[in-house]
Amino acid sequence: MTAITETFRPPAAGPGDLPMAAGISQPPSGFDRLVDRSTRGFAWTFAAGTIVLLSFIVYEIGLASIPAVKHHGLSLITSGSWDVNKEYFGLRWPILGTIYSSVIALLIAGVFGVAIAVFLSQNFIPRRMEIVFKNIVELLAAIPSVVYGLWGIFVVIPLLRPPANALASHLGGWFPFLSGRLSGPGMLPAALVLAIMVLPTISAISYDSLISVNPKIKEAAYGLGATRWEAILKVILPTASTGIFGSIILGFGRAMGETMALAMLLGNVNHFSVSLLSPGNTLAALIANDFPEAAPAELDVLLFAGMTLLAITLLVNVLGALVIQFANRGRGGR
Amino acid sequence: MTCVITPQHMPESAPSLSSKAFDRNLGSPRTLVSWVLSLVACMLTVMACVPLFSVLIMLIWRGGTRLVQGGISVFTALPPSAMMKHGGGFGNALVGTLTMVGIASAIAVPFGVLAAIFLAEYGARSRFGTAVRFSAKIMTGLPSILAGVFAYASVVALTGGFSAVAGGVALSVLMIPIVMLTAEEAIKMVPQRMKEAAIGMGCTRAQVIWKIIVPTALPGILTGVMLAVARAAGETAPLIFTALASNYSWAIDHRQPFIHLMKPTASMAVFIYNSAGKPQDNLIELAWAASLVLVVMVLIFNIGGQLLSRRSRPAR
Repeated sequence: MTAITETFRPPAAGPGDLPMAAGISQPPSGFDRLVDRSTRGFAWTFAAGTIVLLSFIVYEIGLASIPAVKHHGLSLITSGSWDVNKEYFGLRWPILGTIYSSVIALLIAGVFGVAIAVFLSQNFIPRRMEIVFKNIVELLAAIPSVVYGLWGIFVVIPLLRPPANALASHLGGWFPFLSGRLSGPGMLPAALVLAIMVLPTISAISYDSLISVNPKIKEAAYGLGATRWEAILKVILPTASTGIFGSIILGFGRAMGETMALAMLLGNVNHFSVSLLSPGNTLAALIANDFPEAAPAELDVLLFAGMTLLAITLLVNVLGALVIQFANRGRGGR
Repeated sequence: MTCVITPQHMPESAPSLSSKAFDRNLGSPRTLVSWVLSLVACMLTVMACVPLFSVLIMLIWRGGTRLVQGGISVFTALPPSAMMKHGGGFGNALVGTLTMVGIASAIAVPFGVLAAIFLAEYGARSRFGTAVRFSAKIMTGLPSILAGVFAYASVVALTGGFSAVAGGVALSVLMIPIVMLTAEEAIKMVPQRMKEAAIGMGCTRAQVIWKIIVPTALPGILTGVMLAVARAAGETAPLIFTALASNYSWAIDHRQPFIHLMKPTASMAVFIYNSAGKPQDNLIELAWAASLVLVVMVLIFNIGGQLLSRRSRPAR
């Protein structure tokens, strides 16, 4: 507001004058203009800074990964051997482990997340209880991942070991997913904890896309005599499917980048097996576990592993963001 | 609906027919399937709540015991050495976490809020604004460990060592998009009438922003800040690369009060991570206690932020 500094004095009213034409309003002062310009300038700078920061992150990580590429070439991705002393570095198993653990976590979190989103969005329970459950699921995302790691070591692994090993001794012979024994850290506890961590992402975005399904479509289905689940499975879920698909992609991106829980629960073994009971490694867990004690040669490879992770997650996240943007296009109110 | 059939319009014979054909038959497969699926959905939802309560119960049981035994010294003492069977604490880690989150907020809050003002007020529909918003969304999905790798490659390599400042920069990369996107939503919810009234009174754009929009949207902006702080306080992965860890507290030197910001710094999250793998029971008990303190801090910020946003939102 242009500052009103003077107290109001009635103008000397001439015959042709409108009352108050001499007025209390005044144009912005030089200082006002300066503030206006600089606000706009700073806002623009920081907005542009977001793009610059993202590009700078990609550039810095890319730059840091060059020495390893120069030294090892393509064998970094294709080779599966890892020997720090002989300087053999291959990221094949960590890359596979990253994808495998994320896929298993998504299978679990996808089922739970979509079921929760349906349950909380389709008037199954009173609105008040819906909000309570929604907040509880959202709080799952608030727990720091290192605390999940600690909880996984001292609660999940001891809880899973007896039943998993009992199952493995019966089925392990012919069922490859359960061969071997769960001796401690392994894929099953790691993927389970990972699923808990991505669940809020999936359920929250799925919930949003379910709630924005046009109610007329739903009412039409009920009007035709569909039961509640016929309406959900045949009408509501297909309508919201793009958004749900997007949520799963974003959950995938989050699962692949998750570090601490996997670093603590997966065992840090550079080996890969389809068995859920054997230990393994992921790119992020490898970096976190080896970084504090890495020699320069290994450090370069770890920075390259960061670059690989960045490339994969950027790809997945851009895809997920585009899918969700596409899903929300042309959707008006709820 | 174009055609509403009320009972008066129905033929005389209709009621007897409809009671048979349209009644819900509890034994029919369609109804049964619906019941079973409802039950399954309910069970899955309840099961998803189990981990949260399991984590909280374990934290209160194991961490709470240690906190009660150790008393105030847990918050002030240094981590115990391998030989110590009792005692010790995480005083240096608590100070380190607060410092680094403070540095990160000092960078991320002005950055995020000003960028959000641009997105909501200046460039809402421009192509540039869309690109900025998209970058911010991509940054929310950036794995936290990569923020650490970035800060390692830029700040640590530049300043020549692990430091609290590098840790703060890494955390700010994670905070900026959260602050920005939440603040943008909050600013967008400021009623158009208020802005128009202000412009009608002759305000400049900057005056509308600083005197009308920001004060009105402040609860929403604070929500974003609190959520971002909650996220940053719990992060471990970026700090491994940047602040590393330290078993010592800062000796306060009055001649160079800020020298310690350039030295390796302990943090709660890294302390938990390092202690969890150690064989000493004392350290593991302390890790549980540190987890309890960390989770309480994070939950206070998280729930506080959500309460603020609920209060600021106009009633639907």
